[in-house]
Amino acid sequence: MLANIGLVILFIAFLLSLFATLSSVYGGVKNKNAWVESARNASLLVFPLLSFSIIVLLYSLYVMDFSLAYVYDVSSTAMSPFLRLTALWGGQQGSVLFWAWIMSAFVMIVLLRKWEENRALMPYVITTSMLTTTFFIAVVVFITNPFSKLWYIPGAEDLIKTVFQPVGAVQYFPVDGRGLNPLLRHFGMIGHPPTTYIGFTGFVIPFSFAIAALVTGKSGEDGWIRTTRRWTLLAWIFLSIGLVLGGRWAYDVLGWGGFWGWDPVENAMFMPWLTGTAFLHSVMMTEKRGMLKKWNMILIILTYALTIFGTFITRTGIISSVHAFSKSALGPAFFAFIGITFVSSLTLLFTRWDTLKSEHQLESFTSREAVFVLQNMLFLAIAFAVFWGTVFPLISELITGSKITVGPPYFKKVTGPLFFALILLMGVAPFSSWRKQSLAKVKKVLLTPFLISLGATAVWGYVHRTHPFSIFGLWLVSFVFFAIITEFWRGIRVRMASRGENPLIALFKLFRRNQRRYGGYIIHLGVIMIALGVIGDTYFKQETQGTLKVGEALKIGAYSLRFDGLQGFPGSDGRDIVEAKTMLYKNDQFIRELTPRRDFFVVQQQPVTVAGVYSSLNVDVYTMLVGWETQPTQSVTLKIYVNSLINWVWTGGMVLILGILIAVCPSKKSKRRVTYVMKSNPLYFESFLGD
Amino acid sequence: MEEATVNVDSQEHPEEASIEKHSTMWKTSGRIVTYFLLFALLGLLAWGLAKVQRGQVHSGEAPNFTLKDFNGNALTLSDLRGQVIIINFWASWCPPCREEAAYLEQTWEKYKDRGVVFIGVDYVDTEKEALAYINEFKVTYFNGPDIGTRISQAYNIQGVPETFYVAKNGQLRGVKVGPLQSPELDLKIEELLAETYP
Amino acid sequence: MLRKFFFTVFVVLLSLFTAVTVVYAQQSNPVFPTDDDVNAIAKKLYCPVCPNTPLDVCETQACKDWRAQIKDQLTSGWNEQQILDYFVTQYGEKVLAEPQRSGFTSLVWMLPVIVLIIGLGFVSLLLKSWRNRRNHQVSDAPPIPSITPDVLAKLEKELQEID
Repeated sequence: MLANIGLVILFIAFLLSLFATLSSVYGGVKNKNAWVESARNASLLVFPLLSFSIIVLLYSLYVMDFSLAYVYDVSSTAMSPFLRLTALWGGQQGSVLFWAWIMSAFVMIVLLRKWEENRALMPYVITTSMLTTTFFIAVVVFITNPFSKLWYIPGAEDLIKTVFQPVGAVQYFPVDGRGLNPLLRHFGMIGHPPTTYIGFTGFVIPFSFAIAALVTGKSGEDGWIRTTRRWTLLAWIFLSIGLVLGGRWAYDVLGWGGFWGWDPVENAMFMPWLTGTAFLHSVMMTEKRGMLKKWNMILIILTYALTIFGTFITRTGIISSVHAFSKSALGPAFFAFIGITFVSSLTLLFTRWDTLKSEHQLESFTSREAVFVLQNMLFLAIAFAVFWGTVFPLISELITGSKITVGPPYFKKVTGPLFFALILLMGVAPFSSWRKQSLAKVKKVLLTPFLISLGATAVWGYVHRTHPFSIFGLWLVSFVFFAIITEFWRGIRVRMASRGENPLIALFKLFRRNQRRYGGYIIHLGVIMIALGVIGDTYFKQETQGTLKVGEALKIGAYSLRFDGLQGFPGSDGRDIVEAKTMLYKNDQFIRELTPRRDFFVVQQQPVTVAGVYSSLNVDVYTMLVGWETQPTQSVTLKIYVNSLINWVWTGGMVLILGILIAVCPSKKSKRRVTYVMKSNPLYFESFLGD
Repeated sequence: MEEATVNVDSQEHPEEASIEKHSTMWKTSGRIVTYFLLFALLGLLAWGLAKVQRGQVHSGEAPNFTLKDFNGNALTLSDLRGQVIIINFWASWCPPCREEAAYLEQTWEKYKDRGVVFIGVDYVDTEKEALAYINEFKVTYFNGPDIGTRISQAYNIQGVPETFYVAKNGQLRGVKVGPLQSPELDLKIEELLAETYP
Repeated sequence: MLRKFFFTVFVVLLSLFTAVTVVYAQQSNPVFPTDDDVNAIAKKLYCPVCPNTPLDVCETQACKDWRAQIKDQLTSGWNEQQILDYFVTQYGEKVLAEPQRSGFTSLVWMLPVIVLIIGLGFVSLLLKSWRNRRNHQVSDAPPIPSITPDVLAKLEKELQEID
């Protein structure tokens, strides 16, 4: 009954968002304010309505109402209430509803906060964002409805899942559900999927503003671009968190000792992150110098296009991936949606191309603009390489008929040098100021970090003679690290000299005074920490595998792992566990007991490998139970990975997120900054007064 | 205040206009290339989508192939016109294949002298395990590995086991996904044997 | 002060590098081929039946069979290239983790490089055109006072003191 109400509410939300889309176009084109207002009100209603549907679905999951096909598919009595609730986004139907819901929330926030400020753009902001929302709600209502029921037609093999009763069918009430995919039964389920979805959907707002600016021809102005920057930043924050959490989850759950496999789904997430990052950098040039407007427009549209492209290739299964999203009928509808979005935005961009003009021209090649342009180009080159590697199997199959795989070696070899160049630029960029800059001065400032990094590299190269290529990576990481430290030091010294502050207070005030900039440097520090982790993963990862009888040990480097016995027992969540008891020693010193195990989910007939991990600052010993024999004697096959430096990836991820928080945290000073931005455009002062 | 600033950028600067003119050709060709690339991408996605949604090739003429058995004897599908052909895709690592193996062999024994050909196509398997499987179920009909997965790609199989039915005229008459259960194969063969062609 | 600071960071970082455990030689194992020998080859292959999973970490029965096959082949004296070639002929090019560098597949390697070159060319053209335009319209550009970070900092400071 409750589900039926949820269904009706969902349908009303669909009608309202459709109305909002049409009404806003009409109101915008005919310049009729009442229609636009009406569209706004309709849009504002969509979020509460979808919230209601979400609550109904959550409730159904919580009370295990298996009469709903979705609840039957993704939950079961064996699952804990926590996991049952996270199952909201554990399957296609629920995740698309969740997606539409977040999108409607974003639209609502924009309409409430930016209505006056960006009034002229609003009709088309509503059109674009609500058209997208309408599409997703339509998918929920007509294609993958989470409120579908199960029907049984006597004589038929399979159950039917529809909302309405098919002819001659009786409703089927299962006693228990099939349960969530075992790989998703993890605490990480609360973090990675929702942050990723928020990140992905968040890009719809910048896109809507960009489209509205193009349609109205007001893209030459800057008001919209500030709104766009903020929303891109918001989406980017969540996407970044989603990426870090996803990597951690893969490391913990997928059981292959790594955190990034260059799988199409990961790439689908990574591409918009790359272009979004490029945008966040280039938008500074638009804000500070009124430059690169066309470029920004392209980046916004591209980023959004990549989010829906990524969603499309992964949800329709046209490119095979380890992430098994259930295939469904949403393919053709989704194809029409991305086709219309791509073609119309490109056409719009071309028609309005000439309205996008720069105000200032570049003055010298060593100045920061050149660095920024180069850096943007590198981001795009990486994004292209990732894109190309992701779609190439499809192209190959179409043209030559042979299926191929483009695996991690391709991505590492192609993007590696590009990342190297990008990180190098990251170290140099802060030292080229916005306008003219003499090369000699830059050289002088960078000399100290350069020499120190050379020293560090020499020591490293000596210690790790067997991995000559790692020294390039290390030189890069240490140079950029010291360059950033130098930049901090310069700021501190200025404050110490001018105000007589002690270094710590100077550092603190430096952050307070210019959060965005120094937050940005913290983000850069996070990036080089992750880079250090990647260097460890690339050059110093070791693995070994062996079959052991009780009492025997497997050796890898300084570590040895002794097998002490095997035990099997039933676990929670409907799984049978086989666990190996092993003792980890380092240089014959006992460290701790590790219990790698294999969980077998009985209902799903699916095994899940759970690694036994010993984690220290510099090294993770990651052990896996690969197989076992009980006849004639008990023996196990164990695999050990020694992952050096891998924890820098997580630490770096946290530092990155910390940097983002510093950069976006509202401060008293941030609004006043506009007073000394040298711009000929009076809009800045207008918005300043408007605050 | 807002109204006053609207037109700042839409005014054309004469100098810029002349520069723009020079680049018009570049611009036009750039646009054509961009559109071309976009439509190429959309075409690629449409093709991929159609392929995913199409599923097995289950009607029309059966894609021809030549299969070599584990001893090197070859068999070509088009040489078998006039006979009813059962093409079974299997693999030793696939548990459901084991469910149908005995039934398949029994049916083969029953029909092998009545103008029926069974072809076992071993999908990505190791030779050792495949031979062990054939031994275990005492399979006597023609079996060979699908080298380079060419045959399974031609039939666009989605998994194993899958069984394709080919009529005497070489036309596909459907596909069974999953293990065969008695007596469905008998019924299908009888149906196809009953067909007559001039 | 600066030097002292850098020195500390340097020492901390050094201690970190040396702490990384690195092993140069594996314990010699009497029986060839070991699981490690098998995995070294399996790593370069993808499981032909499971979507996008490297063969060395895949736990399905099919993958176990393939690893056993690699082991048999190593035992009978095949080298790595022979085994990889065998896999390609048997199961298609799809099993190779790293796409080949010949034929149509070489495009996957080449195009990113071409795009990078085009991108670099575009960037240099853009920078050049910016410079040219600036020369064209020196009088047109609004005069912009040159502001160094130090001036900016001073300005900032003064603004601070106003309120």
